[in-house]
Amino acid sequence: MSDVLLRLAGLTKAYPGVVANSAVRFDIRAGEIHALLGENGAGKSTLVKTIYGLVQPDSGTMILRGQPYAPGEPRAARAAGVAMVFQHFSLFDALDVAENIALGMENPPPLRELAARISAVSEAYGLPLAPRRIVGDLSAGERQRVEIIRCLLQDPRLLIMDEPTSVLTPQEVDILFQTLRKLCAEGVSIFYISHKLEEIRALCQHATILRLGRVVGTCDPRETSARAMAEMMVGASLHVPSRPAVEAGAAVLRLNGLSAPPPRAFGTALRDITLDIRAGEVLGIGGVAGNGQDELLLALSGEVRVEDAMLRLRDLPIGRKGPNARRKLGLLTAPEERMGHAAAPEMSLTENALLSGAGREGLTRHGFLRWRRARDFATRIITRFDVRTPGPDNTARSLSGGNLQKFVIGREILQHPDVLVVNQPTWGVDAAAAAAIRQALLDLAAGGAAVVVVSQDLDELMEIADRFAALNDGRLSEPRPTRGLTVEEIGLMLGGSHDMEAAHEAA
Amino acid sequence: MIRLEKRQSPARLWSVAAPLLAVALTMVAGGVLFALLGKDPLATIRTIFWDPLFGDFAFYYRPQLFIKGAPLVLIAIGLSLGFRAGIWNIGAEGQYIMGALAAAGVGLALYPLESAWIFPLMVLAGAIGGLLWAMIPALLKVRLGTNEILVSLMLVYVAEFTLASMALGLMKNPEGMGFPGSRNLSQYPSAANLEIIAGSGMHWGVVAALLAVVSAYVVLSRHMLGFSIRLSGQSPRAAAFAGVNAGALVVICMGLSGALAGLAGMFEVAGPAGRVSIDFNVGYGFTAIIVAFLGRLHPLGIVLAGGLMALTYIGGDIAQGSLGLPIASIQLFQGGLLFSLLAVDVMVNYRLRWAKRRII
Repeated sequence: MSDVLLRLAGLTKAYPGVVANSAVRFDIRAGEIHALLGENGAGKSTLVKTIYGLVQPDSGTMILRGQPYAPGEPRAARAAGVAMVFQHFSLFDALDVAENIALGMENPPPLRELAARISAVSEAYGLPLAPRRIVGDLSAGERQRVEIIRCLLQDPRLLIMDEPTSVLTPQEVDILFQTLRKLCAEGVSIFYISHKLEEIRALCQHATILRLGRVVGTCDPRETSARAMAEMMVGASLHVPSRPAVEAGAAVLRLNGLSAPPPRAFGTALRDITLDIRAGEVLGIGGVAGNGQDELLLALSGEVRVEDAMLRLRDLPIGRKGPNARRKLGLLTAPEERMGHAAAPEMSLTENALLSGAGREGLTRHGFLRWRRARDFATRIITRFDVRTPGPDNTARSLSGGNLQKFVIGREILQHPDVLVVNQPTWGVDAAAAAAIRQALLDLAAGGAAVVVVSQDLDELMEIADRFAALNDGRLSEPRPTRGLTVEEIGLMLGGSHDMEAAHEAA
Repeated sequence: MIRLEKRQSPARLWSVAAPLLAVALTMVAGGVLFALLGKDPLATIRTIFWDPLFGDFAFYYRPQLFIKGAPLVLIAIGLSLGFRAGIWNIGAEGQYIMGALAAAGVGLALYPLESAWIFPLMVLAGAIGGLLWAMIPALLKVRLGTNEILVSLMLVYVAEFTLASMALGLMKNPEGMGFPGSRNLSQYPSAANLEIIAGSGMHWGVVAALLAVVSAYVVLSRHMLGFSIRLSGQSPRAAAFAGVNAGALVVICMGLSGALAGLAGMFEVAGPAGRVSIDFNVGYGFTAIIVAFLGRLHPLGIVLAGGLMALTYIGGDIAQGSLGLPIASIQLFQGGLLFSLLAVDVMVNYRLRWAKRRII
């Protein structure tokens, strides 16, 4: 009992329409590295924000070192000895390390003194970092060290780390782990959030697994297999409907060693993705967010160009072609972000119909817009996909998320693509609309088109996909038939262990 | 306590009312300013806004409205295309100068040859001069990612010094008894930008401005280019998804605005101004920015705003002559107009709420 640092007792937090945390209770002991596991949407970030004072729970209590703990804001949490390193850093590129750290402190000492303390801490914990370097020149790993040292200068009792290794090189991961072990030996507790099961097995002494906002299990990761943890994360209750095996047609779209550098800082590089997408099939691509889904979509839509031979549409190299040239050839896409990417919020639905449909629907002539045809096309989408709106003259912004999603997906489907790639087609969409969208995708495939569905919703992929592959750190696993795929196998493909076990089984 | 609350969608009424209210507010503020300067505010405002149109000498001032308004509208139309796409060409003044220099260069080089081809050639040269000057910030932005606001603005100063150098050197009138400034192009029949109807103020620049207004309207409302411009301004990522080539759009928008500014310079140097001189440029390129925004970046709005700004130029001149109003107070007035517009524009996207005072 006495070694419990933080006790969570019945924490519940509900947002409109979703219960993020439901009666979460567990203990973090002093000096342990405690992992928090769960799929996207399992409630991990809400829980962490509650502990760090960014979110106030609806009910439940926390006890820190025997005292009631209810931080109203992060400052209170820091004062109580709770520090957090976020997944995304909040640093000023133009300032140096010491200045950045001073900005985050309540009462910063003079810069020279602070620089000395930074050097001392960085040496003590094996985190090489020069206090006078400009942050803009630092690597992602070094930036993370700035954040960690900023936390360590507060002498925390509990250090929360959100997906710390997602931006690190393997060597930087090693340095980080040594630091964390050292901290833990000094009695600091570390609350470690990650999707990477092997890392957790190597580092953590204790793990709590969240699913749909509830604690569904705890384990000692050192003695539990990645497979067993994946099973707890995903849940054994995946709804796997039986689907008639579709006779796969010829490969329409071929990805041949598709690679691309990250399009922005902290993006994911695509690494050597090879894949055949066949006519008449639905290929599901799963994966934890940030493993290259958006980047894959950009490379397929033509917003990011790759080498010509990396992408072939019916044997025609298209890697260097832009979005409209690809549309003309029959490759259509629907990005994840509806507002501002798939659709322009301030523009009318007619104009948004024009956005991707101008070429295939013949909405222009000699560059001049044919407004009547565009309006007819928008009206067809609205009618066919049951988009709830007074009419095509309304702005995209005025539609609810689900309705706009129906419009965006419908816009692509009605253009009769040969290949349709959609990202998160039912994200944030109510059940009825989601079912309608899935059915439309299945109908499209039944009509002979190749459909690629990128989604984090495994139930969805199991329901509609013929084959399943997982993205992990920009790499795509070997696609496998969805029929007969077990929950454990899916979990392993998602967790990145597919290199060993899954590939072994497929052989 | 007044609180601002974001509107669900931009208020239609306010987007029309904001420029009108801004004009009214500026008049009130201007009146206070004139009163502080010791002038009768009402008389001053009447002198600036009423007399040029309906006063005793309106027959003289009304044509001036075209002469001052045409370059403003011509430049503002070009700028509005870029502004709608989020491409900020602030250097129209420089492109205006370079267009004038290129056109004058052609005209002066061919002097005293008389041919019907000279004027069209100068029009072409004016457009190309402005276009090339605008290509510098455009290509730097596309190739190296520089900020077009800074580069285009700094190039204004380069253009001004080039103008001075030309007026004092290369283009100086050899028969000008050593005075700075070029030959008077408006007295060179083949090069002169004359009034189409004598005494009306309608020179070829007015025709060009009207053509630009109509073309811009058609492009924005009926052409894919206009759609791409609007889309890029509102949602850059959606534009990329729609296949809009962002770099090409920068080149097109900067090029068009540069060419139109160059044209404005050409019509000015061959007509109302007549010659290349050190003080040839009077700030049309900067005032056109105000015109573009005051006109809501809409072609028809720009015509109205251009007329209003032309009026302040003319009325300012009258007030300067008859009431001894300093010219700076007119510039202050013009700047105040943009300032009020930006302030009033808050109402387009927000509404005011009277909130109960909270004790903190």
